[in-house]
Amino acid sequence: MAIVLGWKTPFEAFSELLQYKIETNLLMINNYIIAALSDLVATARCYALVGMLGWQDVRQRYRRSALGPFWLTISMAIMIGTMGIVFGQIFKAPLTEFFPFLAVGIILWSFISTIVSEGCVGFIVAEGIIKQLPLPLSVHILRMMWRNVLILGHNIVILPLVFLAVGKPFTLVAFISIPGFILLVVNLTWIALILGVICARYRDLPQIVGSIMQVGFYLTPIMWMPNLLSDRAGLYLLPLNPVFHLLEIVRSPLLGQFPTMNNWVVSLALALIGWVMALTIYGRYKRRIAYWL
Amino acid sequence: MAFIEFNNICVDFPIYNVNSRSVKKRLIQVATGGHLGIDQTGCVVVRALEGLNFTLKDGDRLGLLGHNGAGKSTLLRLLSGVYESSFGSCRIVGEIGSLIDISLGIDPEANGRENIFIRGGLLGMTKSDISKKINDIIDFSELGNFIDMPVRTYSTGMHLRLAFAVSTIVRPEILLMDEWLSVGDEGFRHKAEARMSELVQSASILVMASHSRELVMNTCNRAIWLEHGKVRMDGTSQEVCAAYFG
Repeated sequence: MAIVLGWKTPFEAFSELLQYKIETNLLMINNYIIAALSDLVATARCYALVGMLGWQDVRQRYRRSALGPFWLTISMAIMIGTMGIVFGQIFKAPLTEFFPFLAVGIILWSFISTIVSEGCVGFIVAEGIIKQLPLPLSVHILRMMWRNVLILGHNIVILPLVFLAVGKPFTLVAFISIPGFILLVVNLTWIALILGVICARYRDLPQIVGSIMQVGFYLTPIMWMPNLLSDRAGLYLLPLNPVFHLLEIVRSPLLGQFPTMNNWVVSLALALIGWVMALTIYGRYKRRIAYWL
Repeated sequence: MAFIEFNNICVDFPIYNVNSRSVKKRLIQVATGGHLGIDQTGCVVVRALEGLNFTLKDGDRLGLLGHNGAGKSTLLRLLSGVYESSFGSCRIVGEIGSLIDISLGIDPEANGRENIFIRGGLLGMTKSDISKKINDIIDFSELGNFIDMPVRTYSTGMHLRLAFAVSTIVRPEILLMDEWLSVGDEGFRHKAEARMSELVQSASILVMASHSRELVMNTCNRAIWLEHGKVRMDGTSQEVCAAYFG
């Protein structure tokens, strides 16, 4: 044995160092999370401002048009109608099933993808305010979230029309989509928060995220129904798509089915892991954001 | 009771999209702006403020003097809490209000009334606060029926009147200003002047960046002369003005 008594073996020294590193890191992470949480609490205190700015954004876009935000609804309805007819033919899907599936899917997807892409520029577009007013920074992300919830509220009007048109009944199961929707929003918020921070620093990222979202649209069952897949291999890969689970907890209750246990577990786990990550990153870098803009 | 204490404050701005090698070649003293440097990771940084030490107490009226790029605005932003210092520690007690960009947040498509709520909200007022004061604000701005018109139909002067009327409604303990605000035509200017004096008097601490000798001499009891992000001189406004304006 080459090790002298009283000396630590390299292994012991290493493990001690590792333990020290982990402990200090955990302490740091703890501090970051506290900083991030206090910022979020400050944002929650000025919820009235967040609400007003979100409304303001929606109104501003359609200020001088007669129909206002309902243009969103109309263009969405036209898209769903066209896609429903074309792809219903291609997939030879029964219209009663396919139309509601597509309508819910497209509406939710546009909600998700808009939040992800606007989350990327969440801090960048708020540069003017960030550099002048010491508002808690998460105000800008929550304002964007609220704006998109409002837009979703306009788009959701399409659903009853579609259901009526194809004669599909609404069931009480649909109410399960409410907790599902809350969980979806909780997940999207951490995604937007992380993307907002990283994209403020690395300006190429919004483009990359944009392309990933486009790929995501085709990989997620929105235009195609999973039960129409003839190739079973595709079905095995589907549970690996996190967006599928997030979509499913809102979509399937609206279509009269219960989401699977898997859907709930994955969505909850994503929310937990994601928020720990988001709080750490946001708490660590939030004071740098003003410098990056 | 308001209080500001700066302890060896430094502010470094990282600049990511420049070629650090080309900057490295010319790391010379520039006539304007802070010092350019390279940090450990090879990133170009501008040191906007360096080694700032000062304390402000109730009743202090501080004038910031210095050339363009000396760090006056950065210091104001640091005080307002927009930036956090890269090194050093600062302690600020008291509610802060800034009159730096009074038009921020004004939406040209919205009407005057809506803009009062937006601007007021950004300044930290609640909806009921604003509702209580909205008539005063409208009266003060003298916009009359134009208050229900979209702000894009306003002239520049009217736009500023509206912004001024809302922004000066708050009464912060620590007031930050970039030059004295003066807006409007002859008649309005007098009213605005009176409002500004009242605002400055009600503040416990005033920090104002300025290029005007009279203004600093008349309003401030203390002045700091910044040069390349460092304090060149710190003293009473008479002393510093005499040295700065020569």
